[in-house]
Formats: sequence, C-alpha cells, structure tokens
Amino acid sequence: MATRVTTAEQVQARRAGFLRDIMSVAERAVRSVARDPEITIPAVVVPVFFFFLNIGALADFAEQIPGLDYKAFQLPVAILFAVTGVSRATTVVLDIQSGYFDRLVITPVNRLALLLGLMLADFALVVLLTVPVLLMGFLVGVGFESGPAGIVVFMLLGGLWGLIFAGFPYAIALKTGNISAVNLTFLLFFPFLFMTTLFLPQEAMTSWLATVTDYNPVTYLLAALRSLITEGWEPVVLLQGIGAVMLVGVVSLGLALLALKGRATRH
Amino acid sequence: MSADTDNTYAIDVQGLVRTFGPVRAVDGVDLKVRRGEIFGFLGPNGAGKTTVIRMLVTLLAPTGGSINVAGYDVVSQPGEVRLRIGVALQDAALDVKQTGRELLRLQAQLYGLSRRQAAQRIADLSDLIDIGEAMDRLIGTYSGGMKRRLDLAAALIHSPEVLFLDEPTTGLDPVSRSRVWEEVRAINERLGVTIFLTTQYLEEADALAHRVGIISRGRLAAQGTPEELKRARGSDLIIAKVDGDTEVAVEALMGTGRVNGVEVHGSELTASVGNGAAVISAVALALAQSGVAVQELTLRTPTLDDVFLQVTGERLQDEAADQQWSQEDGEAQA
Repeated sequence: MATRVTTAEQVQARRAGFLRDIMSVAERAVRSVARDPEITIPAVVVPVFFFFLNIGALADFAEQIPGLDYKAFQLPVAILFAVTGVSRATTVVLDIQSGYFDRLVITPVNRLALLLGLMLADFALVVLLTVPVLLMGFLVGVGFESGPAGIVVFMLLGGLWGLIFAGFPYAIALKTGNISAVNLTFLLFFPFLFMTTLFLPQEAMTSWLATVTDYNPVTYLLAALRSLITEGWEPVVLLQGIGAVMLVGVVSLGLALLALKGRATRH
Repeated sequence: MSADTDNTYAIDVQGLVRTFGPVRAVDGVDLKVRRGEIFGFLGPNGAGKTTVIRMLVTLLAPTGGSINVAGYDVVSQPGEVRLRIGVALQDAALDVKQTGRELLRLQAQLYGLSRRQAAQRIADLSDLIDIGEAMDRLIGTYSGGMKRRLDLAAALIHSPEVLFLDEPTTGLDPVSRSRVWEEVRAINERLGVTIFLTTQYLEEADALAHRVGIISRGRLAAQGTPEELKRARGSDLIIAKVDGDTEVAVEALMGTGRVNGVEVHGSELTASVGNGAAVISAVALALAQSGVAVQELTLRTPTLDDVFLQVTGERLQDEAADQQWSQEDGEAQA
C-alpha cells in the first residue's frame, strides 16, 4: 500500500480558538439536522395540529370574552409547541455511547464550545421553525400590531425560549448518557406548557390553575409574545417575558454546564 | 516543556495507580517509552490496559503516580499533551451520520488547521484510508475495516508526536490487519512517531513492537524487547500434554537431569531445556517409564505467549482466539 501519509507536509496542531471551536461544532450540528428529519418534522406538524384543534374546539367559546381574537391568542402557543424540546441532546447521547464524545474531548477543543456550538445550531433551527408557524398565522389572518420589527422580536423570543429549554435535555444527556432519560424532558414540557394560559386568558380560569399560572414563567413569555401581536410595543410586558425566560435559563443552562463539566472532567 | 522532563522518553509513567471504589484496576505501573519507539502493551481483557491508556490520553485522572507524555504532565498540562497526541480508541469512535471527509475536516479544524491544511492532510491520508469515493458517503455505510482505517486517519490528521492505538486490529480480517500493521510501521519509521499500542494479539506485538510490556491484574508483570523476554523464558521448550498424575510426570522430567524447570498449567507441562533436539528423546522415555499417558509432545522455541504464561499464569492466545471466534460467530449470525 502506498503511504503518502508518511511523506506529506507535516502540520503543527494548535488551539483553534473559542469562536472557531463553536463554529466547528455548530457546523457539524447543522449538517446533521438535515439528516435527522425526525427531529424537525414533529416540530412543524405538532404546532399546526394543535393550532387548528384549539381554534376548532374553543374559538367560539373563548371569543365570548370581549376583545379576544382567539387565533392571535393561539399563535404564540403554536410557536412554543414548535420550539420547545428541539435540541441535539440525543446526538450527545449517541456520541457518548459511541465514544465519539471522547474523541472530541481528546482534542484541544474548548469544553464549553462542545455545548455552545450545539446550542447555536439549535437556536438557528428553532428560529427557522417559527417561520412556517408564522406563515400559518398570516394565512388565517393574524396580524402584528408591532409591525415587521415585532415579528423579528417574536421569532427571536420564541427562539430564545427554545434555546433555554434545550438546556434541560442537554443536562440530562450529559449527566446520564441515556436516551430514555433524555426523553423524560417531557415531564417538564407538560407543566411548563399546559399549566399556563395555553387555552384561555388567566381571568377565565378556575382559582387553583390561575394561581399556578402566576408562578409559571411561560405565562409571562406567552403574554410578551401575545402583546407583540395584539397590543404593539409594551416594554414592561416584554421585559417580564424576557426576564421569566432568563430565570428558567439560569436553571437549565446552569444544570447543562455542570453536567458538561462533570462529563468532560476526568473522574 | 517541563523543566524536569527527560527528553529521551515520549512516555514516562511512575507509580501509576487507578482505583474504582474498592477495586485497584491499575496498581503501581512504571513504564518508559523512548521517543520513536513502538511499545506493545499486552494483556488479557480486564487486565488494566484500557484504563492505563485512558489515563495516558487525558481521558481519566490517575488516583496516584505521575504520567508524562510528549514532555508534559498529563495531570497539570493536559492541553499541551492533547496537542501532541493522536488517539484511536478500542471501538472506532466515529459519528456515523457524517461522511468520512466531514469527520476528518472537523477533526482538523479542532486541531487548529487551516482549511487548506485540512484539505491537504485529508488528501495525504486518503491512501491510508483507501476508501475511494466512499470518503463522501456516510460513515454508517462503512465496513468495520473502513471504520478502523478512518479512525486511524482521524488520529493522524494533526501529525501527532505520540500515537495511541487501543487494540487497532481487533475484529479486522487478516488482510485489513496486515494493512494496518504496514501503516503503523511506516508511520513509525518514516515520521519517527512514537506509538503506544495495546493488543490482545501476541503476533501483533511480536511483529510490530520494539519493546513489549505485559500487564496482568493491574500490574506490569514484565517488559523488554520481544527477544529479551523470550530469551529470559529459556532457550527451548518441550510441551507435554498428559493424561494422568502431573506430579509424577514432573518428577520424571526432573529426574532426567537435563530439564532446567517445569511449569504445570492444567494437564500441560512446559519444560525449559537447553538444547531441545538433544533432550526430547530422553524426556519422551522418562514420561513413558513414569506410566503417565502422553497425548502430545512438542518441541519449540519460546513465543511471547510462553512469556505471557510464565508471568501471568494464563495464556493470552487462547483468550484472544476465543474472542475472535465469538466475534466472527456473532457477525455470521447477524
């Protein structure tokens, strides 16, 4: 066998740098998205399904509340269904199980870039996933009082929530290296998304659920997203929404970083 | 580079210990590998080979002792070590949803190579991988041999000083195995890359390694060149498989006055002798007169397997062969 490997130019390895590490990891993750349609298909189908189901079941009843446009009320819900839980956490598990994660850790790559690169790719994906849902909203006549800039903020806020929530499956993936455990993230998905103003405004709820929604950060996120559609620019509501998301982020990303440290540190 | 580093050695391990709870998986290993050397690290499953290699490549922290690789301390300077080592772990650690080219390019990027350097290195390594247009196919479609060769190429993409190969030919067919051997030799001879190779195959260690270390139950039981180890074992060996009282057989052999020593492993007796050809007839006669039935009587020079048997009390060859057969059976059934 010819061995050109032994006669070719030799190179000097060096640290690539934090940003290049992130971009390299993100590039691989973006590439794999196209090869994993099973991740993106539900994120498009499920929100469309629930959007029309909720409108079909509840619009006539809900619109008895004065001034409520139920399609506009449900569009942010569809966005959250599209972006919540979309991550490459199962890829992390497969990397751990196949030993590929070890191969990455043996390189001089910045450890934080291993997670941030994936999350950067996730962010790009979830922002893109808001597009078909928004188009669906436009088709049924939903408009934005906040205008085109409001649409951009709406997409970014939805993407930010997707990114923040992804911290939970990443934390579980890195901690356990187990796909079944990653799937347990749905135990968080349900209380976050269903124990809030998902179907009706808070004032239409019974007392205990209304109380719970007060403490659910997603309530403030939904309020911020809805305000962009129906009210225009409401800085206080927007800041409350962003603040609530950041609060969840402190927990989810904190856990993910701890799990990464544990996984990448030699025990 | 550390001030106290002796530049003669690419790997310098002293008093290495690793415990997992109450289990002492590695128990005081000392070894030195010279720069430019191929070092074969032999041991059965569970002996501690993989634990040692994971500590050498910064994947696992030692419980005690010191490790210096490529002139840097693995515990305090892991980043410097990582820049200078290439690693192919036991199971080809690949992402099956990337193509071979994508995987190598990512690997090159993480080692700070420019796009031009990465493309050049991939072209250089393509002969090693030897998978033609499959380079642009998903790795999930590759055969076991193709994956191992790609794994080796990924370990070499940044021209490392020290290459760690953890059982690089396990599960490969003989043709693929000999190609990997050829490439390992070439990498070592032409580039001067130090190679630390773990293997279960004695013939692999014999064919490739300048020096060999044998690990058993977490301890380094012997080390030296294959020739030194075999020489220490004795000049010739007479192997007798007997059916009967082995103690009587040993007495009979020692009674000839021409046997230096006898080891008993089950029904197999291994007699060390000076000149086997001159002694074997006396041995056969002594055994016949002792009344012990002889099933097989063989004269040969010592192999590494004999060395292994002497220092560990078990044969490596049988275990490696068993594993190979069970793998092949599994593949056949699949």
